[in-house]
Amino acid sequence: MDTAYLIETVIKVVVLLLVFSALAGIGTYFERKILAFMQRRLGPMNVGPFGLLQVGADGIKLFTKEDIIPTHVVAPIFKIAPVITAATAFMAAAAIPFLPQFTIFGYTVHPIIADINVGILYVLGVMAVGLFGPMLGGMASANKFSLLSAARAAAVFISYEVVSGLAVLAPIMMVGSLSLVDFNEYQAGGIGSWIVWSQPVAFVLFWIAAFAETGRTPFHLIANDHEIIDGFGTEYSGMRWGLFFIGEYANMFFISFVIPLIFLGGFGDGSVLGAFALLGKMAFFFFFFLWTRAAWPDVRPDQLMWLCWKVLMPLAVINVVITGLVMMF
Amino acid sequence: MEAFNNRNVADNGYFMVDIEDYPTDGWGKFKRVVKRTFRGELFVGLWVVMREMLRFDIHTIQYPQEKMPIGPRYRAVHEMKRLWESDAERCIGCGLCEKICISDCIRMDTKIDENSRKEVSSYTINLGRCIFCGYCAEVCPELAITHGGEYENGSEQREHFIMYEDMLTPIDKMKAGAQLEFEGFGSITPHEDARVKKTPLAY
Ligand code: SF4
Ligand code: SF4
Repeated sequence: MDTAYLIETVIKVVVLLLVFSALAGIGTYFERKILAFMQRRLGPMNVGPFGLLQVGADGIKLFTKEDIIPTHVVAPIFKIAPVITAATAFMAAAAIPFLPQFTIFGYTVHPIIADINVGILYVLGVMAVGLFGPMLGGMASANKFSLLSAARAAAVFISYEVVSGLAVLAPIMMVGSLSLVDFNEYQAGGIGSWIVWSQPVAFVLFWIAAFAETGRTPFHLIANDHEIIDGFGTEYSGMRWGLFFIGEYANMFFISFVIPLIFLGGFGDGSVLGAFALLGKMAFFFFFFLWTRAAWPDVRPDQLMWLCWKVLMPLAVINVVITGLVMMF
Repeated sequence: MEAFNNRNVADNGYFMVDIEDYPTDGWGKFKRVVKRTFRGELFVGLWVVMREMLRFDIHTIQYPQEKMPIGPRYRAVHEMKRLWESDAERCIGCGLCEKICISDCIRMDTKIDENSRKEVSSYTINLGRCIFCGYCAEVCPELAITHGGEYENGSEQREHFIMYEDMLTPIDKMKAGAQLEFEGFGSITPHEDARVKKTPLAY
């Protein structure tokens, strides 16, 4: 392993961490503003112009708040749980190609940290490990509402792992590779060759599962604030709670990158236009997360399970079978 | 102000929502699921919030900078009025307001002044106890104590008193003719003069 590669990787890791931590903060600003506008409110207005510095104010608040470890919690697990959420969210980003490769000062940069050949499997797998954040956090909290929420989190994540895995299986069969870069190349021929046209069902299923896995409305049962306080985060304060938050928003951003990469042509042929197209698609999917939060109610836990096991999973299986049959003949 | 006064809810276009019966058998439930899936109700919800965002008809009142107009009948911190004719205080120290106050938060003392008239020597209202019911304003025979529109009366302790001098219309404001009459609870209804009947002298 040569030094240049090492340095490049470290720089990419640092850039990714910084950019997406900042984006997670700005994401909260956009979320508040967009939700506010959709509900005919103004949202944050007082800190900075149009409330833009609200993110900074929140950051200061989170960092300087007292870090409370309640008496009866299992302290080591309680402390490590938020780190799991944030860390797995960022680890998942390692196999995501955020932009097409570009040349800077005569040096070709691949904006992907590790183009491993099991890319999509790795991303889904590591995101699934993120389940341990809410679950351990909730179980260690010595609070029955946290425990309830942890149980829900486990149920939702494991169920929708099945849906997202089966949904993405059909495109994988077509592409014949697990690397997201290969996915992108498969669809490089313009809009007509996007996988969404041949796999619309898989696209919709994966999208639905993405909502469950990021724990967003209408599947916001995990930290179901209107019912069980803040779910697994009830006992957390300060930056530990902030890490859960950063993890959630980073996950939203990453999944908003993954959906267009798998189904909507990614960055296309790798031109500058393609790069902007990918960012645009990412922005749309991120916006959609906020949009549904303003528009849709949450479903009940039993409805969520019903939807997963009785509707989405059979559909995904049928989709895989049909794809297989079509590819065979 | 018109919107405040319209209390008639009967003809505002209320109607009963048409709710279908719930299906009981499996086939009916299946049909309902399929129907709901493809009818696109979720997109109606999406469209509604998007429409509101594009219309940008914001209803936020940025409170410390902007304030809602409040109705003339609003019952906030009390005011003591002066007589228009002589600028003298209207309060005759009758003590009815102290008597009627259901929260027992008015305390007053009176004395006989040098003209042998009853005069208020001290008068406080404990705003921490006052429930702003308006009985004091209603009972006052002289329309002296009324409610004002000042609702920003936070204080650092629960017992928060307001004194007679603070409630009294300042004399310069009175001279400028800027004293506002209270239109709410206990005030004279408009055109009262025309409706007053004279007592026949035969009594
Ligand atoms: S408004 Fe009611 S509670 Fe307040 S001082 Fe008057 S009578 Fe008492
Ligand atoms: S404010 Fe009115 S009711 Fe109270 S003592 Fe004075 S005149 Fe009487």
